[in-house]
Amino acid sequence: MTPQSQADLVAKFIADMPHAKALSMTVERSGNGEAVISMPYDTRFIGDPETGVIHGGAVSALMDTCCGAAVMCHPNAGVPTATLDLRIDYMRPATPGDRITTTATCYHVTRSVAFVRAIATDADTNRPVATATGAFTVPPAKETAL
Amino acid sequence: MKKPEPVQVIKHRRDVALQRLLSDVPYIQFLGVQFDRRGDELTAVLPFREEHIGNPMLPAIHGGVTAAFLEITAIIQLSWVSIWDDVEDDTAELPTRIQLPKTIDFTVDYLRSGLPRDAYARARVNRSGRRYASVHVEGWQDNRSKLFAQATGHFLMPDRTKAP
Repeated sequence: MTPQSQADLVAKFIADMPHAKALSMTVERSGNGEAVISMPYDTRFIGDPETGVIHGGAVSALMDTCCGAAVMCHPNAGVPTATLDLRIDYMRPATPGDRITTTATCYHVTRSVAFVRAIATDADTNRPVATATGAFTVPPAKETAL
Repeated sequence: MKKPEPVQVIKHRRDVALQRLLSDVPYIQFLGVQFDRRGDELTAVLPFREEHIGNPMLPAIHGGVTAAFLEITAIIQLSWVSIWDDVEDDTAELPTRIQLPKTIDFTVDYLRSGLPRDAYARARVNRSGRRYASVHVEGWQDNRSKLFAQATGHFLMPDRTKAP
């Protein structure tokens, strides 16, 4: 598949994903095992009513989607993929009102597993909000891959 | 020994305390997570919704929904354990707003794909100190012995000395 059609595939996959729609996620760019996806601030996603900070779960959903997208657009991985394991570290609360942007990199792919890391930031791009590391499934090799 | 309180009085106080933990958090309402209580045991319930789907082809629940559901279960269980003594003490005033623990890290182990069905989860607090806590969560769907996901997380406990 050409890089462009791979990027289109990811964009379409995310656009068709009901939960990505529910969280209003936008694919900023994708290709060659890297994806950037963002999510707007929304009062429905608040986890701490005292401060208005977004719930960790919404950040997890964004991270998981972005990591999956990075796998889907990797030349040696592809569609479909599923999360085997995902670890998220929360460095600081995201600033209420700010859009959250995640960048995921699929940095290694074997015949069966894709390894991914991701970082999430808000408007202050120098201080990460959260980081993630995960392992995803790789679809079995197709006959057409010969 | 004091005479036990009437059952409806203690049940009411426990339910009020639990509702206070849940009702203030918009994201819990957004996902539609509910809690069943039997004595002190909590079971989180995630009624299936179309918008929880991550892969429409299978279809399967989004991994992020599963992660969020388990994280909510862990946080509520942890808070529930920490307020339990106050809930049981009929002379103690329930705080109107309860500060929730903050997630430090959360690791989800996806064991099978989440089906388009209701999901359930229970959390176990393995260690809860003054500042840090470690919690394990199990999630299942139709069959209690067939987990579809499990998770472990570390949490920063709210400073209870600052409580109003």
